[in-house]
Amino acid sequence: MASKVIHAIYNDDDILMNAVKSVRQAHYHIDEVYTPFPVHGLDKAMGLEGTRIAIASFMFGVLGLAVATIMMNFIMIEDWPQDIGGKPSFSYLENMPAFVPIMFEMTVFFAAHLMVITFYMRSKLWPFKKAENPDPRTTDDHFLMAVDAGHHDIDEMMKMLKSTGAIELSLIENEGEH
Amino acid sequence: MYTLPNKLKVFALVFMVVGAIGIVAGFLSTPKTLEEVEAIMAEANHDGGHATNDHDTAAPEMHQAVAHEASQEMDHSGHQIAQEGHQMVASDHMDQDAHQEHMEHVMQQMQNRPWSALYIASFFFFMIALGALAFYAIQYAAQAGWSPVLFRVMEGVTGYLPVASIGILILLLCSALGINHIFHWMDADLVNPDSPHFDKIIAAKSGYLNIPFFMIRAVIFLLGWNLYRWISRKNSIADDTAEDQSFFKKNFKLSAGFLVFFIVTESIMSWDWIMSFDPHWFSTLFGWYVFAGMMVCAITVIALVTIFLKSQGYLEEVNDSHIHDLAKFMFAFSIFWTYLWFSQFMLIWYANIPEEVTYFITRIEDYKMPFFGMIAMNFVFPLLLLMNSDYKRVNWFVVMAGIVILSGHYLDVFNMVMPATVGDTWMIGVPELSSVCFFFGLFVYVVFNTLTKAPLVPKKNPFIKESKHFHY
Repeated sequence: MASKVIHAIYNDDDILMNAVKSVRQAHYHIDEVYTPFPVHGLDKAMGLEGTRIAIASFMFGVLGLAVATIMMNFIMIEDWPQDIGGKPSFSYLENMPAFVPIMFEMTVFFAAHLMVITFYMRSKLWPFKKAENPDPRTTDDHFLMAVDAGHHDIDEMMKMLKSTGAIELSLIENEGEH
Repeated sequence: MYTLPNKLKVFALVFMVVGAIGIVAGFLSTPKTLEEVEAIMAEANHDGGHATNDHDTAAPEMHQAVAHEASQEMDHSGHQIAQEGHQMVASDHMDQDAHQEHMEHVMQQMQNRPWSALYIASFFFFMIALGALAFYAIQYAAQAGWSPVLFRVMEGVTGYLPVASIGILILLLCSALGINHIFHWMDADLVNPDSPHFDKIIAAKSGYLNIPFFMIRAVIFLLGWNLYRWISRKNSIADDTAEDQSFFKKNFKLSAGFLVFFIVTESIMSWDWIMSFDPHWFSTLFGWYVFAGMMVCAITVIALVTIFLKSQGYLEEVNDSHIHDLAKFMFAFSIFWTYLWFSQFMLIWYANIPEEVTYFITRIEDYKMPFFGMIAMNFVFPLLLLMNSDYKRVNWFVVMAGIVILSGHYLDVFNMVMPATVGDTWMIGVPELSSVCFFFGLFVYVVFNTLTKAPLVPKKNPFIKESKHFHY
C-alpha cells in the first residue's frame, strides 16, 4: 500500500530540535530524522528508547573472560601441566597472576569487537549496503525530518511544519516497501 | 553560609573521646615485660590458636615451627634480633638464649601495635586531605567546567590538612626521638659496624635513611603542601569579592606549580613514610600506588560530604550529574589503583627474587584476610557497583560504595604498615578501631568547621555558571 511521507528540511539543529518537539506535541508521527552530525538531545526529544548496547557489551566481556579462563585452565593446568620456569601449574588459582594479562585483554577484545558487530547488525550496516539517504544534502549541512502523513490533512500538516521553520517541504509517496 | 549543626559537633566529639580512651587503653594493655609476653602467648596457645598463625605462639614445641619461620622471615622487615635468634634455633638446638631473643622480638612487635594503629589512622585521614588537595589543584589547572560548585567542599576536606600535618609530624617525631620503634631503620645499632646487630643493607642506605634528613624532608613537604592549601584558599575566598579574574589566574598558575611539586614530593613521601617500614624492600611504582589510593579516598570523601550537605538542604546547585561525575572518578581511580596494585604484585610474584618477594610472602602468609579482602573491597565491589551509569546517580549507592572503598583503603594502608611493625601479632581490635574513631571524629569536626568559614558556592569563578548548569 502506498504511504505518504512529508520531508521537512531545516538548516539549523536548534530549529530542528524545536520542530521535533512541536511535531510531537501535535501528535504527528516522526518516521525518521536525518542529520549530518549527532545532535545532542535529539533522541530524548524524539522519545527514542535508550540503547542497551552497554549491557550487551558487558555480557560479551563476561564471555571473553570465561573463554580466557577456560582456555588457559585447559592448556596450562589440565592438558599438560609442565614446569615452566618454576611456575606453579598445580591449579589455576596458584598460577593466576600470570594469566591475568590475557584474561584482561580477552575481556576487552570480546567486549569491544562483539559490541561493534552487534552495532552493525542492529543498525543494518555492511559493505556494499545501499545508502538509504533521501537527500544528499543531509550529509553536509541540512537536516531532514520525515513525518508520516497517515490520514492527516496534508495542507494542515504542511502549514504546521512551515511554522516550525522548515525551509523546504515536499510530499513523498512511498511505493510498497519503506 | 553553612553553620555547624550542634548534633554534628557532638557526634564528632563522641568519636574523639571514645577514640582517645581506646587509644590510651591500647597503650596500657601492651606487655611491658617478657613475663607478660609469655603469659599472653601461653594463653593464646591454650585457646587453641592465635589470631593468624599459631606456630610461633607454641613456645614449648617450637623447634620445627621456628625453623620454618626463620626461613620465611629472613628478610622480613629487618628484625635483626629475631632473625639471629631464629637462625640459632634453626641450627638444631633449642637453647634458652634463642627463646629469650624470640620473646624480645614478639614483645617489640606487641609494643609497636598501638603506635602502628595510631600511625595508620593518622596517615589514612591525612592522605584523604592531601588527595583532595591534589584533586582540587587538578580541577583548577584543567579549568574543569563541572566542578567549581564543589570547590568549597574540596576546600573543606583539605581544611583537615594542617591538623593532619601536625599529627603526622608528632608521630614521626616520636619515632625519631626513639619513643617508639615502628621505623626499624631508626635504630642506631643497625648502622653501627661494631654492633652485633649491624645491618649492611640498612647501613648502605643510611645516606638517605637517616633521621635528620628524614625529618627535614618531612617538614619541607608538609610546609609546601600547606602553603599551597593556605594561599589557594585565600585566593578562592578573595575571588568572591574581586572585580576581575586576577585571583582565579593566580590560583591557576599556583595549582599548576603545586602539581609539579606534589608529584615529586608525594613519591618521596611514600618512600619515607610507608616504604621505609620495610627498609630492606623497594619498589619503583610505590609512589604511584600510594597516590592512586589517596585519590580514590579523597574523591570518595568529597562525594560523601557533597551528598551529606545536599541532603541537609545546602548545595542546591549540585545535581545528579555532579554526583555522577564524582562516582565516575571513584570508579576509574579504583581501577587505576587495582592496576597499580596488580602491576606491583605480579611483577614481583613472577620474577620471585627473594629480596623483593618476602614483602608479599609475609603478607600472604600472615595477612591473608586483609590482603585479599582488600582487593575485593577496592576492586570487585566498586567495579560491579559503579559500572552501571544509572547507579552512579543514586545517592545511597554511591554512599554504600564509598563506605566500602574507604574501609578497603584503610585496610590497604594497614597492609602496608602492619606486617613490618607488628608482624604476625596483628589484630583489628581496640587500638586500631579507636585510632580510626579518634581521627574520624577529628576529621569530621575540622572539615565541617572549615565549611562554615566561607559560602558553600564560590561566586565569581569564571566557570561557576557552567558548573551550575552542568548536565551529563
